[in-house]
Amino acid sequence: MIHTRGLTRSFRVGKETVEAVRDLDIDVEKGELVAFLGPNGAGKSTSLRMLTTLLPPSAGTATVAGCDVLADPAGTRRRIGYIGQGNGAGDNFRVRDELVTQGRCHGLPRTESRRRADELLAALNLETLAKRPAGTLSGGQRRRLDIALGLVHRPELLFLDEPSTGLDPQNRANLWEHILRLREESGMTIFLTTHYLDEADSMAERVMIIDHGRVIADDTPERLKADLAGDRVTITVGDEPDATRAAGIAGRIPTAHEVTAEATTVSLRVTRGDAVLPDFLRSLDAAGVKALTAEVGRPTLDDVFLSLTGRSLRENDPASEGA
Amino acid sequence: MKTLSDTGVVFTREIRPELRNPLGLVFGMIQPLVFLALFGPLLAGTPGVGQASPWQWFVPGVVVMLGLFGTASAGYYLLVEGGGGSLERMLVTPLSRTAMLIGRTMKEIVTLLAQAVLIIAVVLPLGFRLHPAGALAGLLLLTVLGVGLGSLSFALALAARRQPSIFYGVQQTLLFPLVLLSGVLLPMDDAPSWLYGMARANPVTYVVEAERALFAGDLSHPSVPYGVLAAVTVALVGLAVGTRGMRRASL
Repeated sequence: MIHTRGLTRSFRVGKETVEAVRDLDIDVEKGELVAFLGPNGAGKSTSLRMLTTLLPPSAGTATVAGCDVLADPAGTRRRIGYIGQGNGAGDNFRVRDELVTQGRCHGLPRTESRRRADELLAALNLETLAKRPAGTLSGGQRRRLDIALGLVHRPELLFLDEPSTGLDPQNRANLWEHILRLREESGMTIFLTTHYLDEADSMAERVMIIDHGRVIADDTPERLKADLAGDRVTITVGDEPDATRAAGIAGRIPTAHEVTAEATTVSLRVTRGDAVLPDFLRSLDAAGVKALTAEVGRPTLDDVFLSLTGRSLRENDPASEGA
Repeated sequence: MKTLSDTGVVFTREIRPELRNPLGLVFGMIQPLVFLALFGPLLAGTPGVGQASPWQWFVPGVVVMLGLFGTASAGYYLLVEGGGGSLERMLVTPLSRTAMLIGRTMKEIVTLLAQAVLIIAVVLPLGFRLHPAGALAGLLLLTVLGVGLGSLSFALALAARRQPSIFYGVQQTLLFPLVLLSGVLLPMDDAPSWLYGMARANPVTYVVEAERALFAGDLSHPSVPYGVLAAVTVALVGLAVGTRGMRRASL
């Protein structure tokens, strides 16, 4: 559904050339739900804009829904839906009017376009807002309208750029309910960008982590977490000498890494923490170290990002919220 | 064929809010109306204005001013849509890029003509003499000028999409000199020679002179072909620059 080879985009900022996206090689098959995860400025939106014919690549090729974006942008546009970061509907235009217009933009006949608009108004709980100017809608309502606008022509591939930015948790959940239901009904492929870790983790079946314009990891969230981060095992002991000894014992566990001892707390990362913990505790007992508490923490995608880049995605979050 | 039907789609979208809220039409013509009401009466007896009612001299110019103020700000809406995301949404559809420009320009023209008719209706009871054939020709000439100015305004808005302040800066810097140098407000005949020279370099001047002849019913006046030439040139340049800008807004 999406195939890129060496896709690159550079911008000139003053006298410097900044490569926003470098040598992107991605393959997304029909029916997949893929999240592009990365900090702000990682190149997510730039990649998406190239895949949706909004921005010409500086180099490389991209085939989207069977069409080469450069050779046949119109063909690409016919087959894809695009829900950008902004609001798709103009402020002064009525909700239903914009949906009908969108159908007409995609070449639907007038009556079919109206019928489809009503169908989507019903599907996304927008019926009561049909005659309201889009500018008067709440954030959650506008986002649902954006989804409806992107689906008018029943695209086989849907792009969503930061779909839930600015939405409260309830609206976010509601939005995803709609997206997942519509996907189930149509079997469309979904490609989204997000900087929300939990969104990528819980919604996507496949996560591509992008940083500085490059994809640095690509797998299911479960495998990324298991392979790249591992579980965090944390124990506390009675005093600091015990902690030092516990850390020494922890270091001998085959998959252990990031072993740290701080005051009386010892933590380490291992594969399958649930299986490792009983053995670890027995080894501590044998060495005469008494563990007071023990817990296994499941990794997050942030741990994955941290182990890949040495930086936390969350560090970028507060600053990016307003952007 | 597709471009034609797409133009219809864009025009329908753009005109609908105007039809739903016709009062907006009046807001768009505040400036020319203010000049008409508060400046027009001062013209009585001004040399170069002619013996007849000053309205006969002033109104054709005000109609052109309408074209300048109204149509030149057309890009404002595109700027708002570019910032909001609805322009982007439409760019990711197979909609013809040329249609996206022409459809919008057509809406500006309909608005402009409605405003011009309204102005004429206002001055009719004040002693303005209407020559129907000439007035029609005058409105047609206004349409041609409006196509050019509207397209240029859209092109400017597209170019300034990332920095909207550039749009207002350029627009405001150009608009007032264009109005003052076109002889809309006062006759340029007695202007100092440098100012007169600048007025002659302003295409709008020729359109204003042609409009005065046309609204006086003098369709064969020598100023008419010059006005037509100036308006057509502005229209062609505007359309070329505007469609190019719209095409380059995406792939």
